[in-house]
Amino acid sequence: MADCVRFVHRGQVVTLSDVPPTRTVLDYLREDRGRRGTKEGCNEGDCGACTIVLGTRVGVLGVTEAESIQYRAVNACILFVTALDGKELVTVEDLAGPDGTLHPIQQAMVDHHGSQCGFCTPGFVMSLFALYHTEADPDRPRIDAALAGNLCRCTGYRPIVDAARAMGRAPDTYTAQMTETLALLRSIERHETLSHPGGTAFAPATSDQLADLLLAHPDATIVAGGTDVGLWVTKQMRDLGTIIHIGGISDLAGITHTNGQINIGATATVTDAAEILSRLYPDLGELFRRYGSEQVRNSATLGGNIANGSPIGDSMPALIALGSTLVLRRGGVTREMPLQDFFLSYRKTALQPGEFVAAIRVPEPSADRLFACYKISKRFDQDISAVMAGFGLTLKDGIVTEARLAFGGMAGTPKRASRAEAALIGRPFDATSAKEAAAALAQDFQPLTDMRASADYRLVTAGNLILKWQMEQALPATATRVPAFARAIGGAA
Amino acid sequence: MSARPPRSPAPIPFPATHQNIRHDSAPLHVAGTARYVDDMPEPPGLLHVALGQSAKAHARILSMDLSAVRTYPGVVAVLTAADIPGMNDVGPVVADDPIFAESLVEYVGQSLFAVAATTRIAARAAARLAKVTYEELPAIISIADARATDSHILPPKRVERGDPLGTLSTSPHRLSGNLAMGGQDHFYLEGQISMAIPGEDGDMHVLCSTQHPSEVQHLVARALGRPDNHVVVEVRRMGGGFGGKETQASLFAAVAALVADRTGRPAKLRLDRDDDMVMTGKRHDFEVAYDVGFDDQGRILALDIILESRCGMSTDLSGAINDRAIFHADNCYYLANVRITSYRYKTHTVSNTAFRGFGGPQGMLAIEGVVDDIAHHLGLDPLSVRRANLYGGPDRNLTPYGMKVEDFIADGLLDRLESTSSYQARRTAIAAFNAASPVLKRGIALTPVKFGISFTTSFLNQAGALIQVYSDGSVLLNHGGTEMGQGLYTKVAQVVADVFGIGLDRVRITATRTDKVPNTSATAASAGADLNGMASFNAARTIRDRLSAFIAARWGIEPSALRFANGKVMASDNIISFDDLVRQAYLARVSLSATGFYATPKIDVDKETLIGRPFYYFAYGAAVSEVVIDTLTGETKLLAVDILHDCGTSLNPVLDRGQVEGAYVQGMGWLTMEELVFDAAGRLRTHAPSTYKIPGCGDIPDHFKVDLVNQPNQEETIHRSKAVGEPPFMLAISAYHAIKAAVAASGGNGPVKLDAPATPERVLMAVRARQAGAGA
Repeated sequence: MADCVRFVHRGQVVTLSDVPPTRTVLDYLREDRGRRGTKEGCNEGDCGACTIVLGTRVGVLGVTEAESIQYRAVNACILFVTALDGKELVTVEDLAGPDGTLHPIQQAMVDHHGSQCGFCTPGFVMSLFALYHTEADPDRPRIDAALAGNLCRCTGYRPIVDAARAMGRAPDTYTAQMTETLALLRSIERHETLSHPGGTAFAPATSDQLADLLLAHPDATIVAGGTDVGLWVTKQMRDLGTIIHIGGISDLAGITHTNGQINIGATATVTDAAEILSRLYPDLGELFRRYGSEQVRNSATLGGNIANGSPIGDSMPALIALGSTLVLRRGGVTREMPLQDFFLSYRKTALQPGEFVAAIRVPEPSADRLFACYKISKRFDQDISAVMAGFGLTLKDGIVTEARLAFGGMAGTPKRASRAEAALIGRPFDATSAKEAAAALAQDFQPLTDMRASADYRLVTAGNLILKWQMEQALPATATRVPAFARAIGGAA
Repeated sequence: MSARPPRSPAPIPFPATHQNIRHDSAPLHVAGTARYVDDMPEPPGLLHVALGQSAKAHARILSMDLSAVRTYPGVVAVLTAADIPGMNDVGPVVADDPIFAESLVEYVGQSLFAVAATTRIAARAAARLAKVTYEELPAIISIADARATDSHILPPKRVERGDPLGTLSTSPHRLSGNLAMGGQDHFYLEGQISMAIPGEDGDMHVLCSTQHPSEVQHLVARALGRPDNHVVVEVRRMGGGFGGKETQASLFAAVAALVADRTGRPAKLRLDRDDDMVMTGKRHDFEVAYDVGFDDQGRILALDIILESRCGMSTDLSGAINDRAIFHADNCYYLANVRITSYRYKTHTVSNTAFRGFGGPQGMLAIEGVVDDIAHHLGLDPLSVRRANLYGGPDRNLTPYGMKVEDFIADGLLDRLESTSSYQARRTAIAAFNAASPVLKRGIALTPVKFGISFTTSFLNQAGALIQVYSDGSVLLNHGGTEMGQGLYTKVAQVVADVFGIGLDRVRITATRTDKVPNTSATAASAGADLNGMASFNAARTIRDRLSAFIAARWGIEPSALRFANGKVMASDNIISFDDLVRQAYLARVSLSATGFYATPKIDVDKETLIGRPFYYFAYGAAVSEVVIDTLTGETKLLAVDILHDCGTSLNPVLDRGQVEGAYVQGMGWLTMEELVFDAAGRLRTHAPSTYKIPGCGDIPDHFKVDLVNQPNQEETIHRSKAVGEPPFMLAISAYHAIKAAVAASGGNGPVKLDAPATPERVLMAVRARQAGAGA
């Protein structure tokens, strides 16, 4: 077993052996290392002031020439130090040259007046740094997506967008030193479980190690991306007991597309899962683009979003509507169950003690099935949905043979609307049946009123989404959705 | 870490004023080396402070057991009201803001005690361990609660002119309506923070993120029970302010100082975001009711309007804020017969406070709502109704409060923007789109802004500066204004550099400190550059006059013949570099340090009747916003924005443009997505960015066009510029009215009932109400 976290920083391997397992990367940087360029704005992963970039070795592992480093932005405030293990860490202080010469991104931000008070600026710079290393010539939608997790209260964003457009892509020192950095990353690759000296925190390297650890510690808190668990520490100051950090398990991170389904390993990040799912289902692409922020999607896992059992997880209604299943594992035994049966009640799931979510299986599209999903929130990007809907229909000769209408935000769990579904089955999907299905929702749900929306709004909107979906089938040429990006006058709507 | 400062050389223009010069800290911002209070090196022995908070909105404290707090590992001290040597209050105007509650709590989140520990996490964890028992009292939470119980924090005020009630009854058309608008959290990215460092013999040095160092100084001294001269407050920069650090920083500064004073150790109090949002005041939410009479063109003949605001548990600045709401309930419109009544309610919620616009946006949204309702009632283009009501001509230039509008340019701005934005063509295109679109509806609106510049509390319109020229010719600049991102330091440095005719790189900008410039006013009311620019100008002129007298005597010429430019001082054949002149003046024993002072002229207003001239001048602007709404979900999207804004002859156009854009977006957030939800028990349910949504990058359209009106201020402001911080906030009223126009297009007729913020829920319900009305 390994007993220390190792990562690469500024061309050197850093070894941490005495940092508490729930120490956040932000506190580690600011308080332990005195590196105060990275800021705390909200301490819950919503404002992006703490954005740092992690570099991961990717490509054909083992084939040295084919490897490269993938740079992704994450929120340091809710990231535990363990998540640094095996990565390269980049913070805002690392970008300028030794003589103080600014990085092209930093210079673009200065030239375009992208900072006013400057407090959010380091976070923006780091999100742009990740974009710089992933996208040659980002368009406005891509820039918006990259910056959706960074809040600025001063500028109104226009100058930051201009900076992003102007930053170019001249090779920087990170590109120039990639070979050396890759060698360092290879040198710290870990195959064994990382065990914190206190014996209360583990980070297995394989799913077999995880299965064994969970049998030994069935009450352990599993941490994958930590984008929810992080808040239990920073906001609720909860003692998590024994922690098992699964972010470093590579054999659970794979995504395959075989036998008519997409198999998504539980520790695949939402970013990685979204890449393939968006290609197959355009609506899912739009949903995932609005799922948290880029920083959140780069940390969060689809498995965590599900296993967490939250009633407002964005992905569940869509995945339920697609007829997705879960692969669960306990010790050496695996079982598969429909996703919709996994949620028992508010934050209660079908997981047995010692069991974990190993994979999510999503069927690929087929010609006889319709699918759509809708997210309704106060703010378009990076908001928690007031209502989330995933709709799936199977049609035979124009008649609905199977209906899956799943909703989030309408009950204590993500839930299908069985009365509304019944109103569609055996009938054509037309304005009449859609209207009846919408009306039936009142028997399916008694939603709550909270700070996101009233019960009335939720019910009306949920019904309207069924009407909208039907209208989209009947009038495919008619614009029915508010555009994600407003490009020019009149052009968008 | 790079030890060297970030290098980002920029050209040095002569003269600097009116040039596009970047923010002085920009290279530090992007490199992460700009220091905020929490980034300062922590002194040895530093204690971290956290506050215990009330769980009840209105209750008597029966007992407070802090034993578990005191014994928590790492805790060094626990302070309650009994431990305050001076006055237990930080109220800025009226002493009704206790530092620690004594026997009564009046809002959820009110400070009860402080705990100081060796780590931040220990202090915060310990603060949660208090056992407090309460006897609950009836809590007044909403404006409706306060209205029903006659709960006022200040007496109502009224401004009346002509015969509003009589004219109402004789007007050809008469309409009444109401409008509710929400409050707004500042959401400065850097939360409230203070670090207090005790000195010798009772001295206290406080590093504080505040817009009002002098007031923090005075209130800290009062809490410590010492004269003001024992306390120094320093602020280099804030990570955003927006009014939220005008009075709200004092409580946290006072607590940090009390802990430091009690323990003899430095103490830092930094709020977690959720605590910041729960414990600090916000923009006042308002409810408006009106009764208006008008003619066929929509010209207002009489208006009776009531403005009711939720002030929260204490007075704070609510008096001046509600006064300013009255002063802006005319916006650009002449109201011949008018009665404006303002109620200032006391509620058991956090005490609402200054926020960019300071009541102005609420007053302006009210009158714009009236005008919009008139237009929809008559079936006219709202722009034509706006035009029909504009100030103009000698018989239509007097505001309800008796100030003559002498610099009116809004009519010209409307004409110009109507043309440059293709408003009419777009209106036509939108109507065609709407006719063919069953689900999506678009809307467009053009609205003007007239905003009064000056503190309406007249004595606050003063500023001081201190300039020191060192013997190498470098200049150190200090003034009472604070830097919160708006670029004030840069603008003032431009002014000073030009007085001396030297490069901007020779003027060093330093932290604002109460021991350098005393008795300053808050950096607020948009007046930072007006006041401090002029005070610094005067200080620099004093030194330049001394240098001129010295060198003119040596050269045997008149001082008026001298020119200071390009780093040199010249008169006919004589020339000397500024640096050499300074060195020689030093050797000749000329004083090279001077203070400067400025007091805004002409202003005078009766603080009871509000009649007089509260403002030195007005700043103007106009905006066109276009939106699309989804009539099935209520979602909205801003599609395009065109702005024309008046900064006089701008001191720094690029910084002003930044203010205009940022203010618009902040205003758009207030009116469309930022929603403060208090539950019946008075608990704020939207106390973090997860639930309280400010605009993000994707909410800003690519078509976001801003033009500045480059036209000198009629009044003698610094280089004829105009204030810019607040006025453009109200340009976003156009976005709200564009949404109303789109709702109107969904069916029905007559005025659109839509409260703010126009969240998807409110928009959908407004659409349904109209469609139900149309069907009936």
